[in-house]
Formats: sequence, structure tokens, C-alpha cells
Amino acid sequence: MKILVTVKEVATVEDEFEIQGTEIADQYLGADLNEWDDYAIEEAVQLQEDGIADEVVTVTIGPEECEQTIRQALAKGADRAVRVWDDSLEDTNVLDVGAKTEILSAVVEAEDPDLVLSGVQAGDDSFAATGVSVAENVGYQWGAVVNHLEHDLGDVASVRRELEGGVEELTEIELPAVLTIQTGINEPRYASLRGIRQAQRKELDVQSLADIGVDESAIEADLELTDMYEPESESDVTVWEGSAEDTASELGDLLRDKGVAQ
Amino acid sequence: MSDILAVADHRRGDLRDVSYELVTAGRELADETGGDLHVAVISGTVDEFAEKLNREGVDAIHTVSHGEEFNHDVYSQAVTQLYDELAPQYVVTPNSVNGLDYAPAIANELDLPIVTDTIGLEADGDTLVATREMYGGKVETTNELEGDAVVTIRGAEWPAAEGTGDAAIEAFDADIDEDAIGSTVTGFEEVGGGDVDISEADLLVSIGRGIEEEENLDLIRDLADALDATLSSSRPIVDNGWLPKNRQVGQSGKVVTPDVYIAIGISGAVQHVAGMKGSDTIVAINTDPNAPIMDIADYAIHDDLFDVVPELIEEFQ
Repeated sequence: MKILVTVKEVATVEDEFEIQGTEIADQYLGADLNEWDDYAIEEAVQLQEDGIADEVVTVTIGPEECEQTIRQALAKGADRAVRVWDDSLEDTNVLDVGAKTEILSAVVEAEDPDLVLSGVQAGDDSFAATGVSVAENVGYQWGAVVNHLEHDLGDVASVRRELEGGVEELTEIELPAVLTIQTGINEPRYASLRGIRQAQRKELDVQSLADIGVDESAIEADLELTDMYEPESESDVTVWEGSAEDTASELGDLLRDKGVAQ
Repeated sequence: MSDILAVADHRRGDLRDVSYELVTAGRELADETGGDLHVAVISGTVDEFAEKLNREGVDAIHTVSHGEEFNHDVYSQAVTQLYDELAPQYVVTPNSVNGLDYAPAIANELDLPIVTDTIGLEADGDTLVATREMYGGKVETTNELEGDAVVTIRGAEWPAAEGTGDAAIEAFDADIDEDAIGSTVTGFEEVGGGDVDISEADLLVSIGRGIEEEENLDLIRDLADALDATLSSSRPIVDNGWLPKNRQVGQSGKVVTPDVYIAIGISGAVQHVAGMKGSDTIVAINTDPNAPIMDIADYAIHDDLFDVVPELIEEFQ
């Protein structure tokens, strides 16, 4: 069985930041492996260790700078990586679900995996829609927000979908399928030193849109980001200032006033 | 003049609250596009659901009787067929776990753009302006798109529709292709359980990522002991296996409404906030003054929890 894992390098934002136009100024941005994708990688690697998967391949849409993040996934045990990028994507202010679907679908079709694992959402733009959209596009089955996958896969994936309010849905999904992976499904490993060394030698295949047969016009975003601002606070928060002793004392007084602590 | 199609959410025999909020969001959009608000309810006891959804501002309710519970293939087929029949400008669904399990599929099937997790919507002619958050709620953005679209709305952002409507309730005879159904729901399970019910507590001491290491949790346990409070947490603590699932506050955990909720080292992701914003008084202890939790906190301490918590323990010992 072959597993394809979507891996995204997400932008992280420092506590204090400034917005310039419709972007956060570069100096306040960092980059990291998308948290949800980390769990998807771990699940795929565990399936490989359990002898169910023969190969784990990652796919990333992103420029050369994100290769550091892709190497993290390789260091955790993925066998090889595909990275898709094109200069035409450079100026897009939103790579929306439709555009990502076109690109990832082309890679799914080329790789022909039995299972695609994708993080439920990306920590930066939080669309939470790409995995299901890709599944529909390539004619795979799917399951969104999966927090448990039985590791005795045959033609069917037995999963649990995490619904709201502490309820889980037990579902059987025919393969091939796309599962969007929720945090908590496993405990993502840290890459070992050996893994990190090995990752440097693993294949990282760079493809342009033309290489994967996607026309530039197909990835034109339907969505245009027109404004970005800090949200207005809904509450008039009272901030207690001073030393830790002072602020703890203020909180102590509040708890006594409310009658919840003595 | 363009119509809106809103698709209700239900589970185990009950309409979910977001379905009534969806009616409000749909009505507002329909007022802006000058069209009708169509509500669809699929699977389960659809006639009963239709009666409940018949609130002020709903023009038509379409029932699709097929199976008991949510199945994304049934929903996808029913909604795409309703779209073909009604030709609405926008299809609106909750940004729920189930909404996210079919809305992207219908958008792709119908070749429409999708904008998810919206917290504000405005339609002006062919243009939709959708407000949503990025970077875990640190910023809000406005996004524009032209033409028809699929939109998902965040729960608790619109008020629930009230009153009684005079909608035409009609059964929609969707042609469901059973062979195209590739997944089967085999059951549901309540998770967590355990001996502590955090939803009953008057005072919750809740811990998040800011605790850094599992060993540091002892400090928070000491605080809960000193205050005679109940210990709860945000999602990452449970994901790490440091506390059992029945301690998790949030959308996928428990909804809590204590007299006082002390959020320690919790940034306030929307999924967490959904579970605790009904608390009477919210106190946040966090070094980041811009953390989203500050937007809903009544009191805040912008300081290191490892400095403040020991002082608080000392005060109550």
C-alpha cells in the first residue's frame, strides 16, 4: 500500500506583530510544519512500521525555502517527497481551496496512492477543506476529522471521526480514500539524528505546474484577500498590572468576592 | 434577485443550534441578494426538523428523507441536485465537522469556490465579502469573490433565528445513487466519561500549551487543590495524553459554564472558546497580551504563569 501525505509549511506569527496591507510584515513571521500534517505523517509512518504501507510519499505546494520543513517529514520516516511550485504562484495572495485542489489532484493521479492523509486544517489560513475537495476531484472516498484509524487496513478504512461535544462517529470508508487527520490521533515523533542524516539523502522531486500537467489558468484563485486587521476585542478586559504577587492577590480577591474560593 | 440555500445540521435526532444560526445568516444574505431563503434538511426525521426550522424569514423548506444520520455521499448528492433545481447564488452550511465533510465536495462537484469558517458575510450584487480569521484568530481578513459560491459559517457568530415562519414545506425527491455511497456510519460513542464532570464545576482552573512540560502540570494540580477547583484543559494537553479526554473544554470536548474560568497559558483558539465563553467570569493568565483569549476575558494577567501561579497557591494555602 502506498500512502501520500500532504505536508504544508505554515506561517507562524509572533506575539507582537504589524500588518502591512493584506499581509503580516515579514519580520514577524516564522515557518513551521503544519501541526495537523505532523500527525498525518506520524500515522503514515506507523502504518509503514506495522507493515501495512510499503511507501510513504509527501507532497508539498511551496517554494524552495520550505524544503527544510519537507526534510523534517522525511526525517520522521517518509520515503520521498514531491514539491510543486511555480513562479506564477508567487504573487497570489490567497492560494485558495480550488487552486490547491487542482495541484494536489494532479499529484494524486500521478502517484496513485491507496490512501491520502492530510491534516484537518492548516494553522495559517485554516480553510479545512482541501482534503475533501481533492477526494471528490479524483474520485476517492473520504473522511473528515479522523482521530482514530484501525491499522488492519484491507479494502476498507475503519475510522473514528471526532464530532463536536465529545462524540465520535465510527465509520467504514472504502479505499482508495483521503482522510483528514485530527490532532491527538497519535503522538508525533521527534526526528532522530539518524533520521535527519538519512533525510538529506532522500529524493525530493521538484515539479512545476507544467510538469504535473496543470494549466496556470486552472489555479487562478477565486478568492481575493482584500483586508487584514487585528480583531476588535469583544470584552472590556481589566488588566491587573504589577508584580506576580500583586496580580495573584488581585485574582485571589476576585475569587473570594465571587465566593468560589476561600 | 438570487436565492440562498442553507443546509441544516442535525445529529442523533436533534437539530444542532447552528442550524438556527444558519437561518439568520441565510436570511441576511437573502435580504442582500433580494432573493428567497431555502432551507434543506436531509436524513433523519425530516418532517419534524422542518417544523422546527420553519422560523421567521424562511421562504421554503426542502426535506430529503433518506437514512437516519448524516452520510456525506447522501448530503453531497442531495445538495447538488437541490442546487441544480433551485439555482441559488450561495449554498450555506455550518462549519461543523459534518459541514466540512461535504461542503468542499459539493463546491468541487459544482465547480464553485468555497470559503469556510466565515464570521461575517455581505453580498453586494455578484460580489460576496466574507470575513474570516487567520493564524489562529490573531487576525481577521476580508475576502471577496464573484458569482455563486459555497460558504460555511462558524457557530455562535449569528444569533439563532426565532419566531414562526410560513415557509412552504416540500419533500424533495432526490435521486440518491446507492452505488456511489462509499462510507457507512456504524455507530457513535461518547468519549471521556470518567468520574469528574467538568461541566458541573463552579470554578475551573484550565491549562493550555503554556504549561510546556507534563511535569509542570503538578503546579496546576497544586493550584486546583489550593482553590478546591476542578482541573480542565485545552485540546493540546489532552492530545499529549497529559490529561484524560473528559477534562477537555471546547468544541470537541465539553461545554462549560462555571462561575469563574481561569485560563492559564491558553491562547484561546476558536474551538476552545466555543466551549467556555459561557463562563460567568473569565480570567486569563498569559504572557501574550494579543492572545485571542484576551478578547473574551474579563480579567487578565499578562505575566508568566510560572511566576503568578505559585503566588496564588501561597495565598490560598
